[in-house]
Amino acid sequence: MPTSLEFYKKLYLIRAVEEGIRKYYSENEMKTPMHMSMGSEALVVGVVSALKKSDQVFGTYRSHALYLAKTGETNAFFAEMYGKRTGGAKGKAGSMHLSAPEEGFLGTSAVVGTTIPVAVGAAFANKKKKNGKMVAVFFGEGAMDEGVFWESINLASLWNLPIVFICEDNNLAIHTPVLKRQGYASIEAIVSRFNMNVIQSESTDVERVFALARKARLTTEQTQRPSFMRLAYYRYLEHVGVNEDFEAGYRAKSEFDAWYKKDPVRVQKKRLLKKGVRASAIGQIEKRLDAKIEESIAHAKQAPFAEEGEAYTDVFA
Amino acid sequence: MTKKRYITYEEALNEALLGEMRRNPGVFVYGIDVADHKRTFGTGKGLLEEFGPERYFSTPLSEDALTGFGLGAAVNGLHPILVHIRVDFMLLAMNQLINMVATERYGSGGKTKAPFTIRAIIGRGWGQGFQHSKSLQSFFAHVPGLKVVMPTTPYDAKGLLAAAIRDENPTIVLEHRWLYFQKGEVPEEPYVLPIGVANVLRKGSDATVVATSWMNVEASHAADILEKERGVRIEIIDPRTISPLDDEAIFRSVRKTGHCVVADYDWRNCGLSAEIAARVSETCYGSLRSPIQRVAFPDTHCPTTRPLENVFYPNAKDIVRAVEKALKLKPINLKKENFYSHEHKFTGPF
Repeated sequence: MPTSLEFYKKLYLIRAVEEGIRKYYSENEMKTPMHMSMGSEALVVGVVSALKKSDQVFGTYRSHALYLAKTGETNAFFAEMYGKRTGGAKGKAGSMHLSAPEEGFLGTSAVVGTTIPVAVGAAFANKKKKNGKMVAVFFGEGAMDEGVFWESINLASLWNLPIVFICEDNNLAIHTPVLKRQGYASIEAIVSRFNMNVIQSESTDVERVFALARKARLTTEQTQRPSFMRLAYYRYLEHVGVNEDFEAGYRAKSEFDAWYKKDPVRVQKKRLLKKGVRASAIGQIEKRLDAKIEESIAHAKQAPFAEEGEAYTDVFA
Repeated sequence: MTKKRYITYEEALNEALLGEMRRNPGVFVYGIDVADHKRTFGTGKGLLEEFGPERYFSTPLSEDALTGFGLGAAVNGLHPILVHIRVDFMLLAMNQLINMVATERYGSGGKTKAPFTIRAIIGRGWGQGFQHSKSLQSFFAHVPGLKVVMPTTPYDAKGLLAAAIRDENPTIVLEHRWLYFQKGEVPEEPYVLPIGVANVLRKGSDATVVATSWMNVEASHAADILEKERGVRIEIIDPRTISPLDDEAIFRSVRKTGHCVVADYDWRNCGLSAEIAARVSETCYGSLRSPIQRVAFPDTHCPTTRPLENVFYPNAKDIVRAVEKALKLKPINLKKENFYSHEHKFTGPF
């Protein structure tokens, strides 16, 4: 289990990377639509930390946090944001299609719900190969409006696949709340009718999420049943873009205020202080991470774009 | 010398599956009802018995998820074969196919690959109607990142299905239901044919007919009539692979004959026949001695009732007329020709 300080570093890195994006986005050099993770850090870090390094994850177009939690690296990340040759996908992917297959981050998609069946197939292969790898697939509760979600959890439940479904519930599909979209009482109640181990939490405490996710992973390993976690969080920024949008009228600033009181980064920082870690020591760690991020951004800005011919490669193996 | 062996297209497909499943333990077959008593018109015969339900299994009716499922299994190193008993059902999976499967390698910057085979059967005749009779190669070939194969002969069926399974890319194999009954010479041992290489089905010098799938049967019939009645020898080019298309083979023939008829088993509008005509025109304009003719499905749906169904599907007669037009021949009296022999042979129900 990571120490409280290690958890904090992961949370802070994600928050600071996105603050870096906010700082430079208006320069119009990162030409890729940004769907920011801000607010979901505890959820993502908690789950990823509960997985083994060899486990595999799938995400969505809102996967900055997932990428950073799984890989811990920021150079290829920013190069990809800037569309450079040194990016993870040589600039072909951008923010919406992040992946790092070599690190077990197998893919994301800009179409809601669409990595879910792919993750189920990956889990099938792992089971067949008996390699002990678990798959965790992240998706928003908006994905539950899509038919392929139901098709996919049915396959996984039917075939007892080693997979953990992570529903990142922020109550909003773009700008439409759950109340206007779901014809059933609750997510937990409806998915409980499938052959799955269901867990839910609204915690923004990374260590709490970690404990739940570790239990989910273990249960799936031991019972050969998939797990389903509904983990609530609050999306701090607009659906797409780097700004707040409380003036738009579809949600109240007071909601944010309530969630921000238990902001995942602040919660963990408070824990450290309570445990006796000096504020100055935390400050130094933050500075080092800030410097690492600025360095990655500077590298990315200077890096070359891919050659023109690159547009045509990687269509076929 | 080994004795020549003649088997059906259906048996050839079965041999390809058997051979590849024996060769590679990562190959598995799944899809709606594949493990029923009919075993996909016999093509899955013996596979469940030899390889068990872990490598040959029926699934829930979830085309979209099953397509993503195959992608995930392929990315993790298996070689899935998804079977659709009618190509029309693949339309339920177009999101996974086009947004996910086709872009997998590109989106990862070349880090992943998807050795994924999708077999789909093209239905026809005996009242299959407008939702059990499509062909769709033009749809699929429109998308980069997907290979599309349409074997015509039993020999091609075995070699191209095996090649598709071994290919490291997503490959769609479109099998015409009526071709299942065709017999041809097929070697007993496993072999592969290269994807993306056309076949000269019949040599000729007077006009080129590019034909896909079942249209090769019609083109062969047309060739017999034209040779018998007018002494005209047409060259039939079967691309066998729709994407990537072996256009050089088509160009070579057109440069020789100076005339080109495209007989495609798909809708004419924005279809493969238009693509081939455009490429021939772009590259062989100087060799063409007549406008390119197209024989394809008209701008309507496939009706159920037999007389209208016969109107919908182009056949040898249409190819004869197209060649006559290209070569400015006097129309042959076709009254004594039997153009619907296959329609009469197939008695359904599926």
